[in-house]
Amino acid sequence: MSSTEPVFQTDRSALARRLKTILPPHCLLIDEEDLRPYECDGLTAYRELPMAVCLPETEGQVIDVLRNCHQLGVPVVARGAGTGLSGGAMPHAQGVVLSLARFNKILRVDREARLAVVQPGVRNLAVSEAAAPFGLYYAPDPSSQIACTLGGNVAENSGGVHCLKYGLTVHNVLRIRVISIEGEVFEIGSEAPDAAGYDLLALLIGSEGMLGVVTEVTVKLVPKPELAQVVMASFDDVAKAGDAVAAIIAAGIIPAGLEMMDKPATAAVEPFVKAGYDLNAEAILLCESDGTPEEVAEEIARVTEVLNAAGASEIRVSQSEAERLRFWAGRKAAFPAVGRITPDYYCMDGTIPRKRLAEMLSAIAGMEIKYGLRCANVFHAGDGNLHPLIMYDASQPGNWERAEAFGAEILELSVALGGSITGEHGVGIEKINQMCSQYATPELEAFHRIKAAFDESGLLNPGKAVPSLHRCAEYGRMHVHHGDVKFPELERF
Amino acid sequence: MTLDKIVLAVRSAHASHTPLRIRGAGSKDFYGGLLAGDLLDVSGYRGITAYEPTELYMTARCGTPLSEIEAVLAEKGQMLAFEPPQFSGATAGGCVAAGLSGPRRQQAGAVRDFVLGVKLVDGSGQVLKFGGQVMKNVAGYDVSRLIAGSLGTLGVIAEVTLKVLPKPVAEQTLVFALDQTEALKKLNHWGGQPLPISASFWHQGQLWLRLSGAGAAVEAACRKLGGTSAVNSDQHWHSVREQAHPAFASDVLWRLALPSTAPCPGLDGLRAIEWGGALRWYAGEQAAIRGAAARLGGHAVLYRAPESLRCLEGAFAPLSPALLALHRRLKKAFDPKGILNPGRLYAEF
Repeated sequence: MSSTEPVFQTDRSALARRLKTILPPHCLLIDEEDLRPYECDGLTAYRELPMAVCLPETEGQVIDVLRNCHQLGVPVVARGAGTGLSGGAMPHAQGVVLSLARFNKILRVDREARLAVVQPGVRNLAVSEAAAPFGLYYAPDPSSQIACTLGGNVAENSGGVHCLKYGLTVHNVLRIRVISIEGEVFEIGSEAPDAAGYDLLALLIGSEGMLGVVTEVTVKLVPKPELAQVVMASFDDVAKAGDAVAAIIAAGIIPAGLEMMDKPATAAVEPFVKAGYDLNAEAILLCESDGTPEEVAEEIARVTEVLNAAGASEIRVSQSEAERLRFWAGRKAAFPAVGRITPDYYCMDGTIPRKRLAEMLSAIAGMEIKYGLRCANVFHAGDGNLHPLIMYDASQPGNWERAEAFGAEILELSVALGGSITGEHGVGIEKINQMCSQYATPELEAFHRIKAAFDESGLLNPGKAVPSLHRCAEYGRMHVHHGDVKFPELERF
Repeated sequence: MTLDKIVLAVRSAHASHTPLRIRGAGSKDFYGGLLAGDLLDVSGYRGITAYEPTELYMTARCGTPLSEIEAVLAEKGQMLAFEPPQFSGATAGGCVAAGLSGPRRQQAGAVRDFVLGVKLVDGSGQVLKFGGQVMKNVAGYDVSRLIAGSLGTLGVIAEVTLKVLPKPVAEQTLVFALDQTEALKKLNHWGGQPLPISASFWHQGQLWLRLSGAGAAVEAACRKLGGTSAVNSDQHWHSVREQAHPAFASDVLWRLALPSTAPCPGLDGLRAIEWGGALRWYAGEQAAIRGAAARLGGHAVLYRAPESLRCLEGAFAPLSPALLALHRRLKKAFDPKGILNPGRLYAEF
């Protein structure tokens, strides 16, 4: 049981010698200047240089790297495109980064069976592009889909604008091929709707590279809807916009996408994308309908009625595909747009029950004053997944620390409101302390036992996703009542 | 009944190494490996503890009958979209433990796709809470979904939170006269088109197809597909969901999950095809069926059979040695002494 953080002591030259025997020179990076580009993922606030980066080209090489690291007791961090936002692919100082970037082939697109078999380094959008000639696409669409890879999507259980209606990665993957740290190959799932035994697919998806390394993914493809249209509604009050979201669901409508931006967010994106957003609105709601033309017309009419009744101050319906994409452009480009108006920003990822939305937004407004930092809010309103963007300036002393504390407070409030510290970005290294708020000791211990069932030596992505009990104790959130904790005699500090 | 009573029962069984046989209404006693151990009846731990129609979730204690849940949902025009069988009094806990989904599975997803959270009593009597009541939650491993279909071997499911969905506005059923090969071909062809197909059922040369969604979409699809409009369609789908349809009447019944495009294996006894071709039911003792299903990329469950045959064949397709070892380690992580429903999933644990 990892009650404390594991400690690794890697002999750099022994590791390099060993890796050179299993990988050709162009598949191995060991000089500091070559390692530098791998020191972080999309969360650049945390950086670490690995001892080596392996870029295998065959599954045999992946197996060899894992086996050898297992023998030498060297940590392994698997990595795709490195677009993750929680530091899940941040290297370990004593370890190896295992890049799957060269596993970038789409092995098969089966039109009749509506599935694609892809390697983990294939970009999310590339799957839909390959399926497009058959009138099919891959539904989960994280905003970074132009760059992020399927392997990373599996590791993080990524979602996107369409997951309210079409589900997350876990709902759209049929089978994965996984290599254990010992180099053993597991086939999990199949092209059939279910597999014998435990639902290990559900366990592996979203496990942040802690349980195995994925070398192949079979995904479900779905028919591309004939038509998609977006309704854009303005509200003079964010609480009203939140109530409108609930009203849409209560009317029995599950839109293909349901997103919200607050005033600071629209103010940031409008000059950037010129989508024609209502700059006077306190909140803008984007509601997409897709399906047959008849279905879309019917749903748009019903949504419009609900939005009017909910007090929308202005409603616009996209009249062409170009206009639909322009309405979305601002939402999709919210992060880079905010990046233009602040030197740095810190993106959070809490989920809350939708009915607590107004409460959360007013709390965030209070935190802006408390920490002296601005915050813009864009979020997946349909499923209560918020992405507050905390703006700061890393060059100003104390700014990052304030942003970090601001973010931590949002996540802890998410838990207190009945939600989660992460809806789609993962825990990684970023939210590891807040895991101590969301889970109590018995659950954390169960997570560690699951980890040990797959990776007894604890070498896969150590220090991420699931905190050690020691860490929770230091973070001060572990509730120890009358010494009622396993092994109370052990020192925890 | 209280949660404390369940906890105490498990703790005492843990202390004395006594196997427990967890049971709700017992509607699925026929399913899986043979029943062993002292009875732990959890049917008294019941009640809906939370229901938020606009948040799309419902939380219920394990012993709550599905009929009660569905009645409450229906008042708000909502449903359990995976259409689990209710059999004779099936409960929320048993529904998740068995992981059986009904006709709408092909469109909406399986039980596991709708499990948002669980409260579990593990094999040492600890209460563990995984997931929650929000749609998106990727903090920690997704134990809630792992529990679906684990047949109580990883913990006593005390409470579950399920995602619920609005009932479709309109529904229509079409019937086509097609042989099994033609039916499979059509189902896969239609599956690749943006049609609101929510269920399919083939039996003795007749293919039933249910369309659900917005009124206009269902009407447009009906015009496009042809076929004849079915009468008594609600009754028909109810009989499929509850396996009361004559197609399921057999002393020995096999459930084959296959890629939807897999050809029909050269076996006698095909009774029904569901889920767009991916679920096929066979009757009769058939030594070759497991091998045939595996060769086609799927697996065969001995769904209903006399005890002697279940002992001989095992209810579920055998696991590879590597996967079996992993299953054992996982089982141990939740139930170190192996007291929860031993042998119900596999004889080995």
